[in-house]
Amino acid sequence: MSLDVAAIRQDFPILQRTVRDGKDLVYLDTGATSQKPRQVLDAERRFVETSNAAVHRGAHQLAEEATLAYEEARRTVAGFIGAPAKELVFTRNATEALNLVSYTFLNATLKRQQDQPLPDGADRFVLREGDNVVITQMEHHANLVPWQELSAKTGVELRWLGLTDEGRLDLSNLADLVDARTRVVSFVHQSNILGTINPVNLIAQRAREVGALVVLDACQSVPHMPLSVSELDVDLLAFSGHKMLGPTGVGGLWGRSEILASMPPFITGGSMIELVTMEKSTFAPPPQRFEAGVPVMSQAVGLAAAVDYLCDLGMTKIHDHEQLLTGRALTGLEEIPGLRIIGPCDLVDRGSAVSFAVEGIHPHDLGQVLDDRGVAVRVGHHCAWPTCRRFDVPATTRATFALYNDESDVDALIDGVRSAQKFFGVS
Amino acid sequence: MDLESMYQEVILDHYRNPRGRGLREPFDAEVMHVNPTCGDEITLRVAVGTDGEPVLKDVSYWNQGCSISQASASILCEELEGATVSEALAMTDEFVNLMHGEQVDEESLGDLIAFEGVAKYPARVKCALLAWMALKDAISQSHPDLAEPIDGDLTEISVADPQRHELNTD
Ligand SMILES: Cc1ncc(COP(=O)(O)O)c(C=O)c1O
Repeated sequence: MSLDVAAIRQDFPILQRTVRDGKDLVYLDTGATSQKPRQVLDAERRFVETSNAAVHRGAHQLAEEATLAYEEARRTVAGFIGAPAKELVFTRNATEALNLVSYTFLNATLKRQQDQPLPDGADRFVLREGDNVVITQMEHHANLVPWQELSAKTGVELRWLGLTDEGRLDLSNLADLVDARTRVVSFVHQSNILGTINPVNLIAQRAREVGALVVLDACQSVPHMPLSVSELDVDLLAFSGHKMLGPTGVGGLWGRSEILASMPPFITGGSMIELVTMEKSTFAPPPQRFEAGVPVMSQAVGLAAAVDYLCDLGMTKIHDHEQLLTGRALTGLEEIPGLRIIGPCDLVDRGSAVSFAVEGIHPHDLGQVLDDRGVAVRVGHHCAWPTCRRFDVPATTRATFALYNDESDVDALIDGVRSAQKFFGVS
Repeated sequence: MDLESMYQEVILDHYRNPRGRGLREPFDAEVMHVNPTCGDEITLRVAVGTDGEPVLKDVSYWNQGCSISQASASILCEELEGATVSEALAMTDEFVNLMHGEQVDEESLGDLIAFEGVAKYPARVKCALLAWMALKDAISQSHPDLAEPIDGDLTEISVADPQRHELNTD
């Protein structure tokens, strides 16, 4: 049984609207952010209307209900990626989750220099002269800029794996790049621009050999495939609620228990402490240690509803559906003269983000023609500017296919590209 | 809206056959501006003559980007050939007004009036203004007495019409 897209679309109010003078909306920009089903909006609303209160504080009934709902949401979202609740930290988004990790290295290093107390095991985060950090050339800026900043502040060397012309990681020098001085290997699971799915455990294996920490940016994989942290040999994993039918303002950082426990805090303040005096403080165990201030409550509840929605449909079915659409798009786009796909051209280890360049038409102009037909795609560098440079394009046009898209959406994209070629006189 | 009103023939013509493109010497200031949401970029040089009324002796540029940003730079070069600095700045201001959907003196804008349709698309307004903000910046760098420095992102438009939506996230 495949997905009943028509029924699914009924759950997404925004997909009923028209754009640009009455055109049906063809939403192919889920890679940027997904649309939200009614069930998610209802869950958020229900929480705010019935149980809203600051969680983990206060003795009244509302505070109790809010705390229960929040912790229940944690259990649901953690379960979705195969983890126990205590291993999931709610953050504002994936960007914050990745910064939390890079700042852990900075903070551990600075505290050690000041002889300040650190949790047991924090040594794995203390950087020394000559250490290095390894990322890849296909990172979203969220998994690039924080490491550049860490390098600028600590002198740690930033290294990256390059890309093949096909848009896959060039692993030929993996053993050299990841060496005895590598402290962390942080990379994207599915590229948001190329669609490439990276061989996590192969890279992790090399990291293990040298004792480096493994961090995965799973923003574009968690929403689109069955995934369990028990099958991924990684230490920390970041994802984003708004890309998986959930609300904006909530993301997640999963970490193995002993890793989280060994991390000093990132953002500090209320709710993350144990004891506070005027001179100093001690900190709560994870995940509270990393959730300073009143957390993202209704968003977490909404995200749990999104997870329930995804689970009801089934992640395997969602994945298969998206593969079908991606295959149709790759075939249809490749037939267009002058069109070059930036990223893998087959379905092997690739997800539904399909980027391309059309000879003679700038992505911005192509996006405009598509928009005029109601087709919403992303144009630009997709927050992966160095990746664009690697392929000698200033920008690309990207379509992403999701559970609420069907074949007619793919065809609308392909027709739109052809009509843009006609409009700009390049076909 | 129909695409034809946005992509007027003048714009497409300048896009396909850009005028004055290429960096030249001598120059008094060189600036590089980018539109970080889409990666459009321009390097622009000005040479200002200050014997008497200050004039733009030369404006040269190299850019990459969409048809709107490319055509806008090309028209800038053509319209401002031999213009005085105050004429150039006045035209810049008037073009900003056009892009913000305000009343303008159409006569004074020359070929730039072709960009009227672009004002409806906030994400493209930045493309249209890129070269002009670079020009203003270059003049203010070479002759601070002639132009105010660029303050913040002047291409950021104020959304007066609630129908407008920003396009770039991610
Ligand atoms: C691969 C990848 N990493 C990180 C991010 C950042 O996510 P967020 O905007 O939720 O912080 C994105 C979102 O565009 C992404 O696609």
